[in-house]
Amino acid sequence: MNIVVCIKQVPGTTEIQIHPETNTLVREGVESIINPFDTYALEEGVRLRERFGGKVTVTTMGPPQADTALREAISLGADEAVLFSDRVFAGSDTWATAYVLSRGLTKMGGYDLVILGKQTLDGDTGQVGPGLAEMLKLPFVAYVSRIDDIQDGRIRVQRMVEEGYETFEIQLPAIITVVKEINVPRVPSLRGSMKAKTAQVPVWSAEEMGVDPDKAGIAGSPTRVVRIFFPKRERKSEMLTGTLEEQVSALADRLGETV
Amino acid sequence: MAIHIDAEKCTGCGSCVGVCPFGLIEVIDDLAVIKEGCNLCGACKDVCGFEAIVIEQVEQEASEGYSGVWVFAEQRGGNLKAVSFELVTEGRKLADKLGTHLAAVCLGHNVNAVDQLIAYGADKVYLADDPALADHQEDYYTSLLVDLVREYRPEIMLAGATAMGRSFIPRVASILHTGLTADCTGLDIDPETSLLLQTRPTFGGNVMATIMCQAKRPQMSTVRPHVFKKGTPDQQRNGEVVKVDFNKEAVTARTKMLEFVEDLSEKVKLDDAEIIVSGGRGLGGPDNFAIVKELADALGAAVGSSRPPVDEGWIPYSHQVGQTGKTVCPKVYIACGISGSVQHMAGMQTSEVIVAINEDPNAPIFEIATYGIVGDLFKVLPMLTAKLNNSRG
Amino acid sequence: MEYFFSEQQKLIRSIARRIADERIVPVRAELDEKEEFPWDLVKDMADADLFRVFIPEEYEGLGEGCLSLCVAVEELSRACCGVALTYAANALGAMPILLYGSDEQKSKYLPSIASGERLTAFGLTESGAGSDAGAIKTTATPEGNEYVINGTKQFMTNGGEAEIYTVIALTNPAKGSRGASAFIVEKDTPGFTFGKKEKKMGIRTSATRELVFRNCRVPKENLIGKEGMGFLVTMKTLDTSRPGVAALAIGLAQGALEAAVAYAKQREQFGHPISAIQAVQHIIANMAMELEAARALVYATARTVDAGVKNYSEEGAMAKVFATDMAMKVTTDAVQVFGGVGYMRDYPVEKMMRDAKINQIYEGTNQVLRNVIALDVLKRKAQVP
Repeated sequence: MNIVVCIKQVPGTTEIQIHPETNTLVREGVESIINPFDTYALEEGVRLRERFGGKVTVTTMGPPQADTALREAISLGADEAVLFSDRVFAGSDTWATAYVLSRGLTKMGGYDLVILGKQTLDGDTGQVGPGLAEMLKLPFVAYVSRIDDIQDGRIRVQRMVEEGYETFEIQLPAIITVVKEINVPRVPSLRGSMKAKTAQVPVWSAEEMGVDPDKAGIAGSPTRVVRIFFPKRERKSEMLTGTLEEQVSALADRLGETV
Repeated sequence: MAIHIDAEKCTGCGSCVGVCPFGLIEVIDDLAVIKEGCNLCGACKDVCGFEAIVIEQVEQEASEGYSGVWVFAEQRGGNLKAVSFELVTEGRKLADKLGTHLAAVCLGHNVNAVDQLIAYGADKVYLADDPALADHQEDYYTSLLVDLVREYRPEIMLAGATAMGRSFIPRVASILHTGLTADCTGLDIDPETSLLLQTRPTFGGNVMATIMCQAKRPQMSTVRPHVFKKGTPDQQRNGEVVKVDFNKEAVTARTKMLEFVEDLSEKVKLDDAEIIVSGGRGLGGPDNFAIVKELADALGAAVGSSRPPVDEGWIPYSHQVGQTGKTVCPKVYIACGISGSVQHMAGMQTSEVIVAINEDPNAPIFEIATYGIVGDLFKVLPMLTAKLNNSRG
Repeated sequence: MEYFFSEQQKLIRSIARRIADERIVPVRAELDEKEEFPWDLVKDMADADLFRVFIPEEYEGLGEGCLSLCVAVEELSRACCGVALTYAANALGAMPILLYGSDEQKSKYLPSIASGERLTAFGLTESGAGSDAGAIKTTATPEGNEYVINGTKQFMTNGGEAEIYTVIALTNPAKGSRGASAFIVEKDTPGFTFGKKEKKMGIRTSATRELVFRNCRVPKENLIGKEGMGFLVTMKTLDTSRPGVAALAIGLAQGALEAAVAYAKQREQFGHPISAIQAVQHIIANMAMELEAARALVYATARTVDAGVKNYSEEGAMAKVFATDMAMKVTTDAVQVFGGVGYMRDYPVEKMMRDAKINQIYEGTNQVLRNVIALDVLKRKAQVP
């Protein structure tokens, strides 16, 4: 089975703090990590390879330093990695990102299953997976929480919705996004870590991938951020006072008013 | 680049450096330099006292022929979801600001009370009723919604950021090659351009971004349930239900749903709950969720959790509220023994009333709490439960 | 203190530590309580390639040496001595094959040990032969193309869970200990069963069982080396694994010290943390000093083994005795620092104290090993080169 996992390198959000006086972002020492949801996608890809044979290729669209995320993915079990990187891609929104990834995957060809994480920590939209499915014209299921079986070129999956679970069967090649419930990602292996150090990670440019520059980066993004601001916490915070009894009483009263 | 520094005006003061959320500005030889990756958010331009930062304006493609605000009204099992009414309420406000009409689009089979969409503010309901649409087959939904948009050309489309919404709406946006902004917490119309202003949190809620889709139509947004409140229905309101055909043969359904299993384990589901009582690391152990549950029962509330108890295995992941869990917006959110990490707050900070109970007076959660009690939750919770049960008589 | 590890050793440490912190710590109390064998953790260690550390490269291992193995054992033991023992005993069981096995035997068994697919155990001790290993009674009678094994081994770590057993039995009882030989016996060989699982004071997640041989037939090919080499194999096996046992003790003490320090810093009495009290500080200082001295001795011994020195029985014995006596003291001190709650099973240190004791007993009791050390010291007249 030829599996492709698309990951993203994101800032570890816990590191992003607001400077209390200037109200600006403090960016010193912000660590870059593999988007946590993508580690589940990668683990699932590796498990499928262990079960059905084949290989796992991990890809990402990013700046040159995204190479470290790809190497970390190799230490977690991916066989090969490819970096899609070009200045033309910078500033892409989810549509443009899905477009670039679709060009990369088309160049790669020969895959049976593409797996992505449910959403990213910094963007949170979860839109790249479905967008990519449309661009590649592949069957798609989101929020997969379990892969039941792969047989005769079809995959049976379970996916989470608010009210419960649905079971789907789709024809391969296909794309899925996965949720945290699907597995527990492994710790990097020794051989994987060694392999990651010496692995060749090719970098594909926009030209090599046949990317139309008008469809990538800022130029290709239908949406644009027009303003960034820090939310004012306008909340009348009332710290209750008195003995614990009195505080609880006051709270019960206020809850009674609201509910 | 679409952004550049006017070397004549820039003094190298560096005010812009700290403000860039992506850390892309450096002052080299007394001149600000913007590195690659800028997405034109304009934070630096706002702060430059010398007007030295110039951002090229995007030419707005004529949005001719596009008018109207649409709401995708999601239903399951024939019943419209609450988020559909919340969005119709909000969509009504946007339509009024634009002086245009509001339509709801409903796909399904034997959907009940479709006229309520009109009562909540829609002028029209486009209704596609077909047995094939009963199971929300997303290939059908995607294809049909795209066809409808192409035929009727709305300028704005809103949908709920539900599991289904986040799965097929992006596909629609992709096919239409238009912009989609997910999880908006604020929607408004820009008075100058009449464009939709879509506001959403990024970086876990520490930073808010306002986004526009200038050149493409429709401008699409998804909104989390309970971010907007639904209004009061006016049963006297007039509107039109337009029946829409669905040609199943024209679409290949490539996914087949084999079964649906309802999750009946939780009495009150987290997503729709009006009141949530959540426990955090301060509970100390799995057994102590019992006192959280008692308070929840007294309030008819759902039980939630921050991430640490889930990671420790004290409570299942389905209860997790936060950036990597569920996002909720109940009327009342009671956080017990939760310190208030950025990731947790991102999942619940739009709740109407937030109550925080924590032993540590410096816990960040108190910054966003409406009411705060600094105290031992093992005392406070049982006391509160008892009080609420007593007042019930 | 800086010990100048290689990049590879640092990588082994960091991966073993991640497994320890992310996988072992959350379940160690439950495994101890229920006396359950840590199969899930064995899988985690196998996935991370930890079992490959002590297997040569030509047999799908990483070909690392003694110090690397000690680092892995130490990090795992810091989380749970029982889990680390399960891992370390695997190296012990594989050692006879590694040291004296034929190419065929190595090719047959080592790859599946390296992948973590099959665990091993080493069988020497019997009810009548503990320190007096020469008094073993299990026999392996040659019969045509086979050996027939009869006897019972006691207190086998990984007994019943492992699939590959290296067993010492008498092929020539008349010659006493010179008539012993080493064999490979696989689980499910007819005539090979297990006794009950022992209920222990500590390391309760580790499985300890009797091996029962009743006319158990093994092919000739399963003899390791030659007949009569049994005790040579035993001595070399135990010598080579002694640093590993010492590493178990180091890790265990490290975990106890960290827990005690964390507790002391936040536990307040008389208006301040108890870490401000000099009496407590002295306990902690002693714990830290003794741990570091033991650690340095263990690493030095491991480096000696890796350097290819022929005879390291004195060094190995010193490292084992010193480290295990230290761990018993440090874990006991940790409970003392915790005070009353340290005695309660809700807190991790009482388990560490219970785990520590066995390390002073198995792999050569600390008394027997002191004999070994004394004899070597006397022989070399206590002189150093």
